[in-house]
Order: sequence, then C-alpha cells, then structure tokens
Amino acid sequence: MTLAATRSRPSLAGAFAHGSTLPVTIIVLIVIVIWYLAAIPMNRVLSEPLIAAAGGGLGNTLSISWSLPRPVLPAPHQVLIELWNTVFIVAPWRPKSLLYHCWVTLSSTLLGFILGTILGVGLAIAIVHVKALSRSLMPWIIASQTIPILAIAPMVIVVLGSIGLTGLLPKSLISMYLCFFPVTIGMVKGLASPDPMQLDLMRTYNASTTQVLWKLRWPASLPFLFASLKVAIAIALVGAIVGELPTGAQAGIGARLLNGSYYGQTQQIWAALVAAAVMSSGLVWLIGFIERRVALAMGGRP
Amino acid sequence: MAAASVIEARELSLTFETADGPVYALSKVNLTVHDGDFVSFIGPSGCGKTTLLRVIADLEQASEGHISVNGMKPDEARRKRAYGYVFQAPALYPWRTIERNVALPLEIMGFSAAERAERISRNLDLVNLTGFEKKFPWQLSGGMQQRVSIARALAVDPKLLLMDEPFGALDEIVRDKLNQQLLELWGRTKKTVVFVTHSIPEAVFLSTHIVVMSPRPGRIIDVIETKFPKDRTLDIRETPEFLKVAHRVREGLRQGHSYDD
Repeated sequence: MTLAATRSRPSLAGAFAHGSTLPVTIIVLIVIVIWYLAAIPMNRVLSEPLIAAAGGGLGNTLSISWSLPRPVLPAPHQVLIELWNTVFIVAPWRPKSLLYHCWVTLSSTLLGFILGTILGVGLAIAIVHVKALSRSLMPWIIASQTIPILAIAPMVIVVLGSIGLTGLLPKSLISMYLCFFPVTIGMVKGLASPDPMQLDLMRTYNASTTQVLWKLRWPASLPFLFASLKVAIAIALVGAIVGELPTGAQAGIGARLLNGSYYGQTQQIWAALVAAAVMSSGLVWLIGFIERRVALAMGGRP
Repeated sequence: MAAASVIEARELSLTFETADGPVYALSKVNLTVHDGDFVSFIGPSGCGKTTLLRVIADLEQASEGHISVNGMKPDEARRKRAYGYVFQAPALYPWRTIERNVALPLEIMGFSAAERAERISRNLDLVNLTGFEKKFPWQLSGGMQQRVSIARALAVDPKLLLMDEPFGALDEIVRDKLNQQLLELWGRTKKTVVFVTHSIPEAVFLSTHIVVMSPRPGRIIDVIETKFPKDRTLDIRETPEFLKVAHRVREGLRQGHSYDD
C-alpha cells in the first residue's frame, strides 16, 4: 500500500524524477511565474504614477510593481517576507505574531473537531441500532448541511454571545456543526459494513448488542472513520475561520483575513491563507499518519 | 445403540414469503440426530439443507412443526450456547490475530484470561495450527483459515458442531486432507456433527448418517446409515461398500428430481 515507497530506497535523484516531487515542483514554479506576471497589471493603478516618477523602463516597472507597500496582489516574495516577519521575528505570544493567531484558530478547530467527531459517531451508532432513527433523523442531518454556514455563523456567535458565551466555544460549535456530518455519514456506512456471516457468528455466541458493537461493528468501521475524519478536520478549520469573521475579529486566522482586508494589508491576507493551508494539510497528514499506524496494529498488509 | 437424541425435528416447515409468492424452503421435515452421530445433509441448491441447519442454530425460525436441540427450543439452546457453528467462509475477523479470533467466543462468554489461553492452545493444536497464533488471517491459506474457524467453533467446547459447507470453497486436494482431519477430530472429541455438503464422496466418507434432500419443496427423501469403521481412511472410497452407499445417495437425489432443471 502506502509503504511500498519506503521499501526500496532509490537514489535521491531517482526519487526526484520518479516520485511526485518533480511534477509538484514544476507546477509550483509555473504558479510562481504566473503570480509574478499577474502582479504587474493588477498593481498597475497603484504603480503607474510611481513608475512614471522614476522614469519608466522595464527595471523600474518590475521593481516597483513587486514592492508596493499595499499592493492589490503582493508578489510571492512579499508574502514570504510577511510570513518570515510574523512567524520568526515577533514573539509567538504577541498578537502581531501569525503563530499566535494560528494557535487561536487551531485550538477552536481541534475542540470543534473532537466535539463533532463525538456527535457524529454518537449519531451513527444511534442510527445503525434504531431503524426508526435512520428514517427520522437522516433527513434533518442532511438538511442541516444545506444551510449556508456563512448565514448561520453570525447568528450562533451573536446568540451565544448574548448569554455570555464568547471566545473558543462558539467558534468550536460552528466547526462541530460542519464536521459532524461526514463522520455520521461515513460511520453509518462503516458500522453497517460487517457482512451477514460475521453478524450471524455473533448471534450464535448470543453476543449482546454492546459486544457486537465493540468487537465487530467498531473495528470494521475504522477505515470509514479515518476517511471521514480527514474530511472533517479540514472543514473544522474552515468552520473555525468562518466563526472568527463575525466576532469583530480579535484573534485567529479569520481575524487576520478580516483585518487585512480592512486596512488593505494584502500581504497579511495572503500570509494568513498560507498559514491556513499549511495547518490544514498538516492536520490531514496527521490523521493519515494515525490511520496508517492503526491499520498496521490491526493487521493491515504492509 | 440407544444414544440420547441431540436434535429432534417433527413435521418441521419453513416458508419464506417473497414478492414472487411463498417459497417452501422446508416441508414436513422429520429428523432425529443422536449423540455422537456424524450427520450430513446432501442435496442440490435450494433443497433447504442450509436452511435446516440455520433453523437448528436459531438463525432462522420454523413456521410450523416442532424442533428441539439438546431437549430445548433452538433459541434457548442458542442462548445456552449449546453448539458451535462453522460457516461456508471462515468469517475470521481480519483485524484479529489467529489466537484472538479463536478467543472471540471465549471473550464474549466471559472466560478468564488463563482459561482462554489454555483453550486457544488446545484447540489450535487440535487443528494442527500451533505456531500460527500471532499471524493475521490474510497470512494463512484458505484451508488454514477454515481450520481456524473450526478451532474457534470448538473453543467453547460445544457438544454439537454445526458445519455449513465448510470446505465448499476449497480445492479437492485440500478438501480431502481436511475431511481426514475432521474425521480424526470427531473420533477424538466424540462430538455430534451436523454437516451440510453438496459433495457425494464427502458425505459418504464422513457420515454415520446421510440425509438426502430435494428441492421445491425442501424435504428429506432418504436417510442412509453407513457402517464404516471409525478409523477409516480415504482409501475406503475405492471399496464396493462405499460405492454402494454413494450409488444409493445418487439414486435418492434422482428420485427427488434433483438432476432435473
């Protein structure tokens, strides 16, 4: 499976040519080139008077287009400088640090993810065991996801704020609201995945419903659970960011996005987006890592 | 020999109601299985042999008639865990090692860890799988997996072993070997075995009693008692007595129109 790549160790150059490194690098380079080129016309309104004042020419055009203090589209290196300054220069506990905002968003993401997973698994267990629930509950669960989260998030924040709940929990609830859904859908399928023979076997042992759940349905559902969790943790992060938008945005990735757009700090917006992408892929990777360890412990073929 | 009866079926019928009308899976079945018997149900698909086994195991419920298992109703017998059941496929849990697969019924029935360990090693030894305790099912061949499932069924030490075409998916060479091993195991443990098959040589070789069944409606046509020695080997399949019994089974199947389309 996934471990096949580590079994034989080709040379570094070979891995570069045959693995996914080379295609990914090429795509990244193409994107960067397009990005630099696009920055010239997009920043034209701001850069044109400055270029004229400097005497025009290609050199001036490029250097000015790519170094405006508040560009419409910042050049990649401007975003990198912003990232460097806010991640490595500023102390991480200060509100000017991007790490501080990442941690604020990450903490509500993780809390929402845990709550959503518990809710999702709980609903799935109930639905699998009680026939009536699958008919009565399922339509509501699906309907819950058709409501745009951007519409519902401010209401949740405001209503909870009015009863004194602010900060971490309201944002986590929005994450939970988004991420319980894939967990429920995946786990309903997963818990019902044992074949009739495996269930008959439990019946011949006169096993209780709880024993069937823990010794058969739960282990059989784990591949489905991990597939759902990968989706869930990514949208939990989206939920946390959306939850930060209507709060007046004191802290978090969402706050950075909002602040950046208020003050035309596009580097700040892009840096926050990069941070969100890095966190998101890191979290998905972490779930995948745990999944592989669990699969090995459960006798999966290496 | 007046051994106690383990299974007693009287006028047993089972009808499945389907969208295309009723299906008579079993019709007025009468059967007695005595303690220590090796009884095979043989017949073509749809003759109700598996259904009859599932009724004995309380995996299906009869619509009419009477059946007792160990003197109890099937659901009581199931609750008291009176039997071990071996399915058509090994039905091992892929996330459990071999020893933990055998431990499954023991865990469910609440045996102590020490008792579990003792029974695992005893029953894996019985099916010649000592040394494979820590392997996962996918690391074993189909025949070995089915032997694990037999060890799992024997682990709770039931008096009655119900086997539903356990070797049906295996090739003939492996099947011959497992038949021989099953016979030895039966001789040693003195269990009562009810065995479903669609192979005539397998039924004749293994059984003390062969129950010939026929479809539409599922019913018993003939019950043939064999008198082969308990320590028989595969060689008896060349003897005239063996061929005579096999012929009678084939005749029974023909009478039941089992060879018609």
